[in-house]
Amino acid sequence: MEYETVIGLEVHAQLLTQSKVFCGCSTKFGAAPNSNTCPICLGMPGVLPVLNKKVVEYAMKMGLATHCRINRGCSFARKNYFYPDLPKGYQISQYADPLAEHGYVEIDINGGKKTIGITRIHMEEDAGKLLHDEHNSYVDLNRTGVPLIEIVSEPDIRGAEEAAAYLKGLHEILVYLEICDGNMEEGSFRCDANVSIRPKGDKGFGTRTELKNMNSFRNVQRALEYEIKRQQYILEGGGEVLQETRLWDDGQGVTHSMRGKEDAHDYRYFPDPDLVPVVISDDWIEEVRKGFPELPMEKRERFIRDYQIPAYDAGVLTSSRALADYYEEVARLSGKPKIAGNWVMGDVLKLLNEEKRDVKTCSILPASLAEMIRLIEAGTISGKMAKEVIEEMYRTGKPPKAIIEEKGMVQITDEGELTEIITRVIEANPTQAAQYREGKEKVFGFFVGQVMKATQGKANPRLINDLLKRRLSE
Amino acid sequence: MELNQTTIHELQEKIRTGETTSVEIVQAVFNRIDAVEGVVHAYIALMRDSALEEAKRADLNIREGKIRALTGIPVALKDIFCTRGFRTTCGSRILYNYVPPYDATVVEKLRESGAVFVGKTNMDEFAMGSSTETSFFGITRNPWDLERIPGGSSGGSAAAVAADECIASLGSDTGGSIRQPAALCGVVGMKPTYGRVSRFGLIAFASSLDQIGPFTRDVEDCAIMMNVIAGYDPKESTSVPIEVPDYREYLSRGIEGWTVGIPKEYFIEGIDPEVLTAVQNTIKVIEESGGRCIEISLPHTEYCLAVYYIVAPAEASSNLARYDGVKYGFRSGAGNVQDLLTMYKKTRSESFGAEVKRRIMLGTYVLSSGYYDAYYKKASKVRALIKRDFDEAFKLCDVIVTPASPTPAFKIGEKTDDPLQMYLSDIFTISANLAGIPGISVPCGFTRSGLPLGVQFLSGPFEEGKLIQIAAAYEKNAKIERRRPNL
Repeated sequence: MEYETVIGLEVHAQLLTQSKVFCGCSTKFGAAPNSNTCPICLGMPGVLPVLNKKVVEYAMKMGLATHCRINRGCSFARKNYFYPDLPKGYQISQYADPLAEHGYVEIDINGGKKTIGITRIHMEEDAGKLLHDEHNSYVDLNRTGVPLIEIVSEPDIRGAEEAAAYLKGLHEILVYLEICDGNMEEGSFRCDANVSIRPKGDKGFGTRTELKNMNSFRNVQRALEYEIKRQQYILEGGGEVLQETRLWDDGQGVTHSMRGKEDAHDYRYFPDPDLVPVVISDDWIEEVRKGFPELPMEKRERFIRDYQIPAYDAGVLTSSRALADYYEEVARLSGKPKIAGNWVMGDVLKLLNEEKRDVKTCSILPASLAEMIRLIEAGTISGKMAKEVIEEMYRTGKPPKAIIEEKGMVQITDEGELTEIITRVIEANPTQAAQYREGKEKVFGFFVGQVMKATQGKANPRLINDLLKRRLSE
Repeated sequence: MELNQTTIHELQEKIRTGETTSVEIVQAVFNRIDAVEGVVHAYIALMRDSALEEAKRADLNIREGKIRALTGIPVALKDIFCTRGFRTTCGSRILYNYVPPYDATVVEKLRESGAVFVGKTNMDEFAMGSSTETSFFGITRNPWDLERIPGGSSGGSAAAVAADECIASLGSDTGGSIRQPAALCGVVGMKPTYGRVSRFGLIAFASSLDQIGPFTRDVEDCAIMMNVIAGYDPKESTSVPIEVPDYREYLSRGIEGWTVGIPKEYFIEGIDPEVLTAVQNTIKVIEESGGRCIEISLPHTEYCLAVYYIVAPAEASSNLARYDGVKYGFRSGAGNVQDLLTMYKKTRSESFGAEVKRRIMLGTYVLSSGYYDAYYKKASKVRALIKRDFDEAFKLCDVIVTPASPTPAFKIGEKTDDPLQMYLSDIFTISANLAGIPGISVPCGFTRSGLPLGVQFLSGPFEEGKLIQIAAAYEKNAKIERRRPNL
């Protein structure tokens, strides 16, 4: 039988606020255990939460970017459960009235576009974490109260590849909006998946399992692929898929059962009486919308249209907002968008990748790169010389003209000077000259090389060609 | 009159004129504590050393002319308010050794106003009870009759004022926990509007109902305490950013021309006849003071108790989840339990008392999936109707008058085996918490056997001034005999 996969994803993204959602503690990653805590995020008796306005604005940004309806009034609820990393015994989240609902994102898949529905986006606080050694368990509550948004998708995703594309899409938007650093290893962007399969054509849903513990795009795809196969295998064998939570084991490449339905939680949600409902005015939404950047999908389309660059190039150049900004600056200043794209995608990214650096810290200023492109166009330097110049620019941060001057790299474009050099080269190699004149055209390359050598690569190659041909056929 | 029997405003006068000092007052208070605390047991913990230090500092300030609202006045705190560096137990075994790292906002405010802290008063465990019998630290006795309860849950705070073991105190009121013990101990007790006084640092019982208020010897002292503790707090989301008037200005205004509502639903069978007579006398005094009394109706009154015993336990079950033995307080079999769940279960089984457990179970039940709509959600809807009853009533009258408690103080142990009987103690006070409106209980006489009685006034939200106005007028014109308990 042919099966169809149904996947819904729940993505947790940590918001890039300076302070936590209900207190003033720092959200900085990697601090000494329990150093970023106060009585409020520790849930001490008697403390009360006060909502961080920035959290609402950041969450609202994601809602707007994913075409959600922003609810004019939303409220917080308590999700009650016991665990040592949850100091209050409940997590403050949103339940009945989330911030944003009914949105969608578009993904590129198999050369086409597909729309994945967003059920809701809500704000919540993170829990802490447990650290274990051989004998003891320790609680680190630095992360408690760190603001998260949970983005819940509709069960519109039909396979592991689509899931990965959707996740990348969300990730890109979050990072573009500068509301999440998107770091999956540090847990700033994490995802749980609900997976089921059904005979193709069926409208109902099969029994689903929930997958947790996937901490990279690749893991998500592998885990889903495994889980889909596992469910198919069970159904084809006449078995029944159990509704349960499963953990992805990256090392073994399999999913393990974590807990079954029988011990599913009853979270006893109810409105948090310590927090008043959040009232969102049209003005507030407009204000948030005002500071909105162009989103990756729009940017990509504009690049293709305005700069006449291939879709692939546009994809690479918009992979981060900083890179896109960098590229646009070079394109604008050089007036050669296609060539600018080649240099940025080629040499600049290669140099940055070698040192795993971000374009934000790139020492080649967009203005310098643009100037270099203009120098090539003007024939001042050759493309080959430019390769050396760009490396020097990367190392020293100097503008191209300074480097060219320092190294005496100016291209020889003076015909008289070049003719003299060519004459000398031909005279020094009479055998090869004779061969060429006898019709052995391959020797021409040898002469080009000799001239380059004599000029230390500074000669304009086009000019060499012209002059050499003329002199050799005399 | 001994210094420890005096009111705040009288002491302020004596302090200002140099007739006495804070150290003398504090010493008088501790002398009294030494004499009667053994039988009353109003306190869980005393702050003897720091109190004397604070008194000395207050006297220094007074000499320099730096007198603030409560400079040098000995005040007691219900052990539900977090005090930085000083044990705060909430009357429970689970917090028997808990020392908060911060001060509650009200504690900060009292500190800033120059008050001297005498100690932490006894209370029903986590403020659940109407008799102060559920405290892990033993019962408090009513100073007027040691065989009887002082009311609850702020019984310690009420008894401490009544027994002259402090000048004023703070309590918290979730369903009547200030007004009922105030009535049973013969002192003034006010529950302000929800949102009027910051709850930050008040150990939560039921967050949407809890409110902090003062116990004082008279209405003027109540106004003084309210001036100190009321006001917006950016640390509390439900605190309301509206201006606080000077409550003392309401003291001498009188109630000429006021309409006073008497809700017919509050004069039901089961009220003690002496309570009824006292309230009827109150109505007479109000009319003699220029007020017009009319009968009003609060039609949803009969549901108040039911709604309360759904909402309060629901919130309590969640608020008390943090007491799990992981981070602080009591932990069962420390380090010696097989697994986490066992540790949780043993810790909570061994450290919560019966009443707390009863309410946690009730609250967990009404919030659980499948029952939420039938109980919690329904209760929230009825709560809105109860609030609307008051909105309608206050269109017809300025304030409402009711008994504060259906009976005088009952005997210790009399109702401990019958929770439903116990719950009825708060029948007249609960509605104000559900509606979020303020209420005050003022002494209105004594029973033939010499037990104090209280009458309750209720007003619209943020109209504490009106309550002080009518309570002061009543206090002045009723001329209730000033007795002291015979201890």
